[in-house]
Amino acid sequence: MFEAVAFYLFAFLTIAMFYITVTTSQALYALTALAAGMIFISAFFFILGADFLGAVQIVVYSGAVMALYAFGMMFFDTTRDVKEKQGNKYLVVGLSAITAVLIVVIFSAPIVSNNIAALYPMVEGAGNTQEIGLVLFTKYLVPFEVAAVMLLVAMVAGIVLAGKKMDLSLTLMSEDEIRQIKEDKDKKVTS
Amino acid sequence: MMEIGLNHYLVLSTILFAIGLIGVMRRKNLLMLFFATEILLNSVNIGFAAISHYYGDLTGQMFAFFVIAIAASEVAVGLGLLVVWHKKHNNIDLDFMTSMRG
Repeated sequence: MFEAVAFYLFAFLTIAMFYITVTTSQALYALTALAAGMIFISAFFFILGADFLGAVQIVVYSGAVMALYAFGMMFFDTTRDVKEKQGNKYLVVGLSAITAVLIVVIFSAPIVSNNIAALYPMVEGAGNTQEIGLVLFTKYLVPFEVAAVMLLVAMVAGIVLAGKKMDLSLTLMSEDEIRQIKEDKDKKVTS
Repeated sequence: MMEIGLNHYLVLSTILFAIGLIGVMRRKNLLMLFFATEILLNSVNIGFAAISHYYGDLTGQMFAFFVIAIAASEVAVGLGLLVVWHKKHNNIDLDFMTSMRG
């Protein structure tokens, strides 16, 4: 009973928030609605007993990703209305629905044919976080490390792309060049 | 009706995925397009977590973790590129980005 009420409540809230995200013409409304939707999605993870995943969802999405977007929006003009593509609305909605249903059918085909078995059954008497640690650091250790390297690459790429004067290297320049840059900077400050 | 099963979660996942696809198709602004891709990734995560729960298998949750990691790095790189483009052209509309047309 409680589960059903929670499921329908959060399903309604999530759909409403994401609907606002894709339809509003204000970038700030879209950002706020997206952040709210992310938090509501973590509720499903808690209902499903995936506590660790729910906590990660809140920390990573509502914390890190939303902060990044909010930071990125400082660069853009967000007060202007977002322009939309002009096209057949029914065509867009129909194509989206068909594609989504197709993808779900593809992924649930093994379920229908009962051709599915648990590879890593839940361990009895262990919490969700403990189980995830057991699986992540044994079977999925290599993908975990690869994901860590990928995040490092993404971090370096983000710093280099968004930072200023990242194409210059102070250690590779001669003294004269460095002095030149410094003088230019001073000139800018005084002028 | 009161018992929530796997199908309920899969239907919810489908609806959210469709909303994300609508966003991808009708948005012109690249930042809004990023928001729509976040919705897509999240809807898939719900499906993974639900299947993981109802089949007593942790693989689904593992995949959800890797999806989250990929989403985080996608945002970092994509937003950096977007900032560079906006500095250069002062515009992030998709119709404007036709420099690679043959």
